[in-house]
Amino acid sequence: MIHQYDVIIVGAGGAGLQAAIEIPTESSCAVLTKVFPTRSHTGTAQGGVSAALGNEEEDSWEWHAFDTVKGGDYLGDQDAIETMCKDAIRAIIALEHMGMPFNRTPEGKIAQRMFGGHTANFGEKPVRRACYSADRTGHVMLQTLYEQCMKNDVTFFNEFHVMDLIIRDGVCRGLVAIEIKTGEIHIFHAKAVMFATGGYGRVFQITSNAMAGTGDGFEMAYRNGVPLEDMEFVQFHPTGLWKLGILVSEAARGEGGILRNKDGERFMERYAPSIKDLAPRDMVSRAIYTEIKEGRGIEASDGSFYVGLDLTHLGKEIIEEKLPEITGFAKTYLGVDANEEWIPVQPTTHYAMGGIPTTIDAEVIVDENNTTMPGFYAAGECACVSVHGANRLGTNSLLDILVFGRRGGKKITEFLVNAELPELPDDASEWTRNTIKRIRNNDNSVKMIDVRNEMQFTMMDTCSVFRVEESMKEGLQKIKELQEKYLLVGIDDKSKGFNTDLLEVVELGSLLNTAETIITCAINRKESRGAHWREDYAKRDDTNWLKHSLIFGTTGSTPDIRYKPVIIKQFEPKERVY
Amino acid sequence: MELTVRIQRYDPEKDSAPHFEDYKLDNVNKTDRILDLLNRIKWEIDGGLTYRRSCTHGICGSDAVKINGRNRLACSVLVQDLKISKSRIQIEPIPALPLQKDLLVDMSSFFEKYEIVKPYLIPKDAPPERERYQSNEDAELLFESAKCIHCGSCSTSCPSLWVNENYIGPAAFLKAYRFIFDTRDDATAERLDLIDSADGLWRCHTIFNCVEACPKEIDITWHISQLKKAALSREI
Repeated sequence: MIHQYDVIIVGAGGAGLQAAIEIPTESSCAVLTKVFPTRSHTGTAQGGVSAALGNEEEDSWEWHAFDTVKGGDYLGDQDAIETMCKDAIRAIIALEHMGMPFNRTPEGKIAQRMFGGHTANFGEKPVRRACYSADRTGHVMLQTLYEQCMKNDVTFFNEFHVMDLIIRDGVCRGLVAIEIKTGEIHIFHAKAVMFATGGYGRVFQITSNAMAGTGDGFEMAYRNGVPLEDMEFVQFHPTGLWKLGILVSEAARGEGGILRNKDGERFMERYAPSIKDLAPRDMVSRAIYTEIKEGRGIEASDGSFYVGLDLTHLGKEIIEEKLPEITGFAKTYLGVDANEEWIPVQPTTHYAMGGIPTTIDAEVIVDENNTTMPGFYAAGECACVSVHGANRLGTNSLLDILVFGRRGGKKITEFLVNAELPELPDDASEWTRNTIKRIRNNDNSVKMIDVRNEMQFTMMDTCSVFRVEESMKEGLQKIKELQEKYLLVGIDDKSKGFNTDLLEVVELGSLLNTAETIITCAINRKESRGAHWREDYAKRDDTNWLKHSLIFGTTGSTPDIRYKPVIIKQFEPKERVY
Repeated sequence: MELTVRIQRYDPEKDSAPHFEDYKLDNVNKTDRILDLLNRIKWEIDGGLTYRRSCTHGICGSDAVKINGRNRLACSVLVQDLKISKSRIQIEPIPALPLQKDLLVDMSSFFEKYEIVKPYLIPKDAPPERERYQSNEDAELLFESAKCIHCGSCSTSCPSLWVNENYIGPAAFLKAYRFIFDTRDDATAERLDLIDSADGLWRCHTIFNCVEACPKEIDITWHISQLKKAALSREI
């Protein structure tokens, strides 16, 4: 079946919905999503969304911008960061006007709390900047945006799995998707496509990401010749629930929670003397692993190690009012009562700083000269603007999706004024058909789960918080072997409708190719910056590496890596200490 | 431990009716989520087993199923939370919605009912330049209802829905509450008209199945009672 639309948005998380709201009703627009919209991963964000509202104490967007630049270890583009931090105030007020329920100050303004890396007066002391709704901020934000979509009568194609982009001669012409319910292939012929497809956390063994976070958008863009920017920068959130990786929000530390080692020591005092437990995530994750490596971790019954997140001094009232969800997780999954005991935590794969390169208006960039591709846009986690640089600050992802989702929607609206429907090639669905045919026809001797487990183990083992060349090279070799093996993976389920067996194999293809770009870029960057920490190059090297990497897929065996300068405005790179 | 998982299977392309199949799993830990067991069966035994899932920790609302006769989220229930007799647990789709495949049901009618209650803020006046003020107490009145994850556990456990498929149901009432009791919203009368109807509020007979089924522990019946009070008070 062939559909024609002015705009197709892929993904119904915050970025996709925010973009959809911006498209005027005169234009035909549809949102495609592989899960029902309110199931999107935005809903799992907990602690807050930041804006320098100054509702609780003095604040300014310049301080927010500085924190974002420094938090990202000076790799973020400062024009984009400025845009985001300035627009944050409008974005939060707009959400409130849409009806988002927020916690409030005694006088009735939006309440704000502290979060890692957010400071007053350029690093002086922590500042209350995160607007929140208990520890369900992402959930109510997603609900609010979806409510607005219902109000605006936005068209949704729910449970459609996008398989391929249609790009010919440097122009995006639409995409190919499988309707999950029927197994049928649909072609969406469009003037503009926006990817808001989220992250790739499932590349790694321990992750806070939903099972839907399989890197589909990254991989589809890359497969179709679009480069990926800064893929080596993967955020490991310091406080995942031990073994499960389920997110325990930084809000726990924003409200006064303390990380402790087996001696009960508040070890962050040694790593970040000024802001301690509220240091940025990359630093806290390294500190936790260092504690464990040096024998100060807490040993679990199975011989693995964790550290403790101590909330016992906060009091029942704060815990019940402001952190009910995460303390509920600790109770449900680990049987731990956070009022009485420390929550066992370990770092968990959380967020992709890198992604599809875009301008500050979500237009996709295809080379190191900032050339844009007509008709292709990206926003949210799958995109790299780049505002998060080498390490994202907590609360800035919910902000990113609001600001750049909206800007993308507006830019598409401008683009549509003069855009024609580009010609649709005859072979638009060829890759999709061949892929499905191959998976269906393979005998089931190589199992999806074996390949996926090995990939996730390999990435965790060789390319997580601490990295070293030799081990990463072995990891890359392994990923390449798994890519070969993947071509032989088959399925049990031969039915057409709701064939989730088939779709999981398709997703594994996305994961493997995404993994390859991450580890290739990580081997290539010979310095330590933000979340990319090299034991063999343990210093930041601004002389050689203050630049974005762009990885291009080639038909040969080695991808091509090129570079793009970082945009520096008012904040010159300085040593990053807290 | 060893555990037998009995699952209702149905492939509309092959089967004329649903049937149960047993899967024996060894090395089951008491702290495994029921979703972990479903995943193991799908990945290790039969890739055809079909169910929805995503976040794996009770926020996305995808994996409501009937576990040992009760609607629950497969990712929020651990083996140790269940009373297990004869080393067996039973998993079926949630009831009262059209069966699609294995544990999948067609949730369209469930979602359509949200739209009945105009599930978005309707303020009378244009907003001020900054945020509207609201007391923290007023804001917190909404939080419980705003916790809803649209999993469908409540509505499909309600006998009133079983006998009348047009019944608006607890999930949509909760959404109505979330706006009717929002100090920023001005469409109370309009919304009350929509739910104070033949298929509306008064078909709730306070059976409390919804409360028992809700994985987010929302006291849904209390919220419905507040709506009933609001509907009654305007008639006086």
